[in-house]
Amino acid sequence: MQASPFFSINGLSVQFKTRNGIVDALRDVSFSIGKGQVIGVVGESGSGKSVTAYSVLGLLDRVGKISGGTITFDGIPLANAPDKLLKDIRGREISMIFQNPRAALNPIRPIGKQIADVLIEHAQATQATARGKAVEMLRTVKIADPERRYWAYPYELSGGMCQRVVIAMALACNPRLLIADEPTTGLDVITQKATMDLIQTLTQTRDMSVMLITHDLGLAAQYCDHIVVMQQGKVVEAAPVDTLFKHPQHPYTQALITASPGPSSKLADLTPHQSHAETPAQLKVQPKTQRVAEAQNRDLLEVVNLVKAFPTQTSKIARPWKQKNKHAADFLAVNQVSFRIKRGESLGLVGQSGSGKSTTSSIITRLLDPTSGDIIFDGENITQYPAAKFTHLPQRANIQMVFQDPTDSLNPRFSAFDSIAQPLIHLKKLTQRQSLQQKVEQLADWVDLPRALLSRFPHQLSGGQKARVGIARAIAVDPLLLILDEPTSALDVSVQAVILNLLHRLKQQMDISYLFVSHDLNVVRLMCERVIVMNQGQIVEAGPSDQVLSHPQADYTRALVEAIPHFTPNPV
Amino acid sequence: MQAKVLQISARLLQSLPSILGIVVISFALTRALPGDPAVYFAGAMADQASIEQVRQALGLDKTLLEQFFIYAKNLLNGDLGMSLSTGRPVLEELLTRLPASIELTLMGLGLSILIAVPLGILAATRPMSWIDHLCRILVTAGVSLPTFFTGLFLIYIFYYLLGWAPSPLGRLDIIYLPPEHVTGSYLIDSLIARDMEVFWASLKQLILPTVTLGLFALAPIARMTRAAMLNTLASDYIRTARASGLAETKLLITYALRNAMLPILTTLGMVFSFLLGANVLVEKVFSWPGIGSYAIEALVASDYAAVQGFVLSMALLFTFVNLLVDIILTLIDPRVALDS
Repeated sequence: MQASPFFSINGLSVQFKTRNGIVDALRDVSFSIGKGQVIGVVGESGSGKSVTAYSVLGLLDRVGKISGGTITFDGIPLANAPDKLLKDIRGREISMIFQNPRAALNPIRPIGKQIADVLIEHAQATQATARGKAVEMLRTVKIADPERRYWAYPYELSGGMCQRVVIAMALACNPRLLIADEPTTGLDVITQKATMDLIQTLTQTRDMSVMLITHDLGLAAQYCDHIVVMQQGKVVEAAPVDTLFKHPQHPYTQALITASPGPSSKLADLTPHQSHAETPAQLKVQPKTQRVAEAQNRDLLEVVNLVKAFPTQTSKIARPWKQKNKHAADFLAVNQVSFRIKRGESLGLVGQSGSGKSTTSSIITRLLDPTSGDIIFDGENITQYPAAKFTHLPQRANIQMVFQDPTDSLNPRFSAFDSIAQPLIHLKKLTQRQSLQQKVEQLADWVDLPRALLSRFPHQLSGGQKARVGIARAIAVDPLLLILDEPTSALDVSVQAVILNLLHRLKQQMDISYLFVSHDLNVVRLMCERVIVMNQGQIVEAGPSDQVLSHPQADYTRALVEAIPHFTPNPV
Repeated sequence: MQAKVLQISARLLQSLPSILGIVVISFALTRALPGDPAVYFAGAMADQASIEQVRQALGLDKTLLEQFFIYAKNLLNGDLGMSLSTGRPVLEELLTRLPASIELTLMGLGLSILIAVPLGILAATRPMSWIDHLCRILVTAGVSLPTFFTGLFLIYIFYYLLGWAPSPLGRLDIIYLPPEHVTGSYLIDSLIARDMEVFWASLKQLILPTVTLGLFALAPIARMTRAAMLNTLASDYIRTARASGLAETKLLITYALRNAMLPILTTLGMVFSFLLGANVLVEKVFSWPGIGSYAIEALVASDYAAVQGFVLSMALLFTFVNLLVDIILTLIDPRVALDS
């Protein structure tokens, strides 16, 4: 493990020329990687971790320049090295894998050929032998039926399989250093574990060094020997993994560790205490006397035998590896799902991508019509109204949704004020300018959005601020049920911690029920009293969150729980 | 591969309704034209009775529906009717004139592709360099200069002032005899006849109108190439390919250009259609005996059969070019299969 550092970065500075002058993206970044060592570079968005990786291979944008410092790989200086040298190093000595694997592959070239291209480029194979070697690589990354998949296009493969192909491309020439830039972001936990385990096995057997860039401390803790923490272009702390989590030195590292929800953390622990001071101490939320007066234990939502079938695409091409083509029957995205949500309760809905959780939530939001089954909401069967008509009904105001991507779910041409005002105008018929203004400002206060930001457009707001606008918009019309679809998955951990606390506070103050859709089990445990686990359109397990997640009964739940990368903050 | 064949045949079937629509519209449009052919052909001295006689002879006294069915029936027999102004069958006239137009259009398109595609690629790989600026200037010029102006301007300089170009009077100087008709293209036919003198002569006649058309077609192609290349070059898979150390040429051609080809091809199909339209003016300026100038004469004379024939053949060409582009796209892009 402790070999001489064969890769080192010393005092690296990178500047970006922008319209508003020169921006320092990296300032005096130094760390080294020994042979066979796995280094985790962690930090939040904008911390410069990806810029560091791109600098190593000279892949910076045209506007980015290495303004100081050195990068040395096995004695070869790489900073500002000529393109010719870098070209030989890339893929041959140092390779890289990226997030969003589907986009990282050429969409109109068979995946096998893309691997073969790399092999031929670096003289690892000739035209004649490239195909066999590429198939061999596909087999190495555990892709079943590699001969046939050689000709598959990226769109025919799942995200996890695409990432395996990218890994196969990266490892094809046996490089000595692998840079993995958020390799599992966007993949669900089970696929994440499989992908990370694969990277770990392959790099260990080849004695490769790895630079793992991630925002997920748990992932870094589980797979790295040594961790470098970056903030705003600087390295704030670097330590072996044990030391870092046991005795974090820098306040930023401490804050990061606190903000990451673990199996035993409590919601209030996530945010440092000073941030509570920022929130208005006493919010004047009108007590919902009517609502509170009603029986607390009544079911707000009852879902009975919900089914959603999608007709299977009858492809003319025989693709035997696609299971659904074997059966001409409809694909059941949601299959006989039943559950209840009590008033004021929050229910977690977890599962892998493709498990049907998003379809279920879309049906309950009445954005999608079910094939069969009933949704009894507040004593009324709302499946009788078609989705297209539901928008105009008064019940629309009672079921609101907070969407996954805070940026894409806001109209880019609407200011924050307009976005929040929309449901008030359409559903509450609030047209008087003055009362509208008053109500929107009040909502902004509730979600801790400074009133001064209301006139801004989405691109002028940070991720956390956009999330607040999305939440304010959803609670504007006093809903009884809020459906939260991965509301924090696009946010940095520290922002996530604040938003989760905000959501928790709002739930208590406004007496809303939550349906919390997420793949992050730790977050679900924090937010929800009960949880249901879905797999392949069916509920496999349901019960109190702590019990289900600590003592899972179903095999699938167990696999899901085991796949979460853990670190234990302040272990004994 | 079998899937591709099925897909292409499905696409071929899809063009049937458009062809039916074209037949209806070419008929209806012609009837909607101002002017009464009966009055025109009866002559200036005709009285009401003789006009009525001409009208009956032309079959224009029947109801529109009847006229349409006669038209459709004749079409099925390959009969486009007789041109009233020239007295010859429309089909025959179109067949002699169409090759002249197509030869010119293809030359213009070919020239613009040869210049615009490399220019667009270079501009995209070197943004804000001199070549990028050159690209911008050419695109602006191509968009803002109308073809009849460029045509007249070129004639003024290269024929009138410098005397380098032959007189802009048709496909071949009158001192030469046209080559034996094989394909209809003088360039190809003269090569087949091994008559190099005629080949050079017809090539000389082609240069100025080709440049005129080419300059017009250059703008959209160069702009689309540049935009499409910039787009693909910024994509994640180019970053992956670059991080894998692929050579720059492989990166540009196999990875970037092939992906950029999809929007470029679509634009090419559209540009070809524009060019067929722009031809009308260029043919007038260069006295080119193509179908454009034929159509103008027919329009002025309210020559129904000839106008119908022109609209019909143009629309069919449009449909054919679009079909061709779609088929090529299907062959390049595996994802197109998902749509059908």
